Amino acid sequence: MSASDLRQKAWSAALIVLFFVAWELFCVMTGMSDLVLPRPSEVFVTLYQKFPLLWPHILQTLATTMIGFVLGVWLGVLLGAVIGVSKTAYDTAYPLLVGFSSIPKVAVVPIFVLWFGSGSVPAVLTALSICFFPIVVNIATGLATTEPELEDVLKALGASKLDILWNVGLPRTMPFFFASLKVAISYAFVGAVLSETVASNRGIGNVMMTASSNFNVPLVFAGLFVLAGLGVALYVIFSLIEGRVTGWATRKNDLIAT
Amino acid sequence: MMRMQPDSEFSGAPVPAAAVPVAIELSDASVTFGRGDRAVPALSKTMLRIADGEFVALVGPSGCGKSTILRLASGLVQPTTGVVIVGGREVAARALRVGMAFQNPTMLPWMTIERNIMLPLKIVEPFRSQFRKLRKTEFRDKANALLEQVGLKGFGSRFPWQLSGGMLQRANLCRALIHEPRMLLLDEPFGALDQFTREELWSILQDLWMTHKPTVLLVTHDLREAAFLASRICVMSARPGRIVDDSPVTFSRPRTVAMTFEPDFVALNQKLRTFIVDARSAPAEGAT
Ligand SMILES: Nc1ncnc2c1ncn2[C@@H]1O[C@H](COP(=O)(O)OP(=O)(O)OP(=O)(O)O)[C@@H](O)[C@H]1O
Ligand SMILES: [Mg+2]
Repeated sequence: MSASDLRQKAWSAALIVLFFVAWELFCVMTGMSDLVLPRPSEVFVTLYQKFPLLWPHILQTLATTMIGFVLGVWLGVLLGAVIGVSKTAYDTAYPLLVGFSSIPKVAVVPIFVLWFGSGSVPAVLTALSICFFPIVVNIATGLATTEPELEDVLKALGASKLDILWNVGLPRTMPFFFASLKVAISYAFVGAVLSETVASNRGIGNVMMTASSNFNVPLVFAGLFVLAGLGVALYVIFSLIEGRVTGWATRKNDLIAT
Repeated sequence: MMRMQPDSEFSGAPVPAAAVPVAIELSDASVTFGRGDRAVPALSKTMLRIADGEFVALVGPSGCGKSTILRLASGLVQPTTGVVIVGGREVAARALRVGMAFQNPTMLPWMTIERNIMLPLKIVEPFRSQFRKLRKTEFRDKANALLEQVGLKGFGSRFPWQLSGGMLQRANLCRALIHEPRMLLLDEPFGALDQFTREELWSILQDLWMTHKPTVLLVTHDLREAAFLASRICVMSARPGRIVDDSPVTFSRPRTVAMTFEPDFVALNQKLRTFIVDARSAPAEGAT
């Protein structure tokens, strides 16, 4: 890691600290009521005290997120592969996909609840339906950009479509795929929490709803902090995986070969 | 003779080896891309017969259908009319596993050179079924032996972006040869290289051909290259192309770059040049 990288990281950390300090000062100086905007120190204390209570809900939210995410990735890869391999399928299916993706996902939660009752199932489904779209698009784009010359070389060797997909198409989509995973995990997380706030009796989203109806504002904010922390953690994990798996795509001189 | 082939296959008897095996035969093969008023005739009624182990160069004006002939021979394109027979069969199934190389080396950036070169082994039987078992031992040695032959010893573990254009093109030749194809189809493989690298690669390709003896069909724009490498040169007319001249090249092998400046060689070049200049200016017979 270079010195400028380190400096940049230090600045990021400083900015976060500064943000909390400013918030704390603002509350203290304006004498803001706990019921409107609790001080961050208070939120952290609540978070610490209520952590045993929050923990099962954190696990619940993580579980629904991950299940929805994994299913969404499967569905996304499958659909993306089908669409990316054939130009006709790409052109035919794209309008439908765009239409589907532009539906605000809050609107589908009540439908899932209607079908499956409240609880984990609608949360998983909401996570899935939000997160699969970026994966479809990225896989399809990656597959559609295979060099025709290489395809000819392999076809002349008697390679089947599946051979080409497996050896060239899919590896080539990996940078796209992992970039989309990063986005998708965040989306899945948002979807799960969204559904929990509307219809569930477990999960961080539900804790926040309950706390707010009890005017336990510090707990609401504690939930928010947990969400922010988890969101960042998931993003970071998938960024690290991306960097490890697809380092070749970020080499500067990559284009020499093409 | 070729007409007998389907019969003998039909009866299930093994195809007897002909006295002079023909590797590629185009009989009256024509290719038209597209249909209706957007149809592009790329190749008109072409006759071409290449014997096993021959090295044939194909030259002609741009857009005359050279790449199309190559794609016919590899089974990537079907003739619109006429027949294409490769290795004794009509090219329907791409059963032949020909090696191909283009101007663009298209090495996969996420694999080392060695693994790029081994890619055909992952696809072509009988290597395919042994790939998992042998990729770390026998196949790797095979790849490295080829790399050594083209002067890339020790570069097997590098990634494509760490190699120059000329080095990548050498690796490209290795990839085309790794599965020991009986036929090698090259489409302007050295087109993007500088003069000196190109001449160096001519010698390498000549060596490879002399050791492995595949049938080679080379498309090129460089007449010196054609005369240096080929044992026969076919000149094509402008689109839709036909072969207008077909002459043997008899210089002894191994040929050297110095030979390309001798009077005989220069005379041959001049002759080819005249053919192509004529082909460019006069529209081909039967063209519409
Ligand atoms: N897939 C295709 N669809 C439509 N037309 C094509 C296609 N491929 C080739 N053609 C046309 O067929 C003709 C012959 O093409 P070909 O690629 O064989 O030429 P070439 O001799 O290899 O040219 P060059 O020397 O410039 O590479 C060209 O006029 C080209 O426009
Ligand atoms: Mg061409």
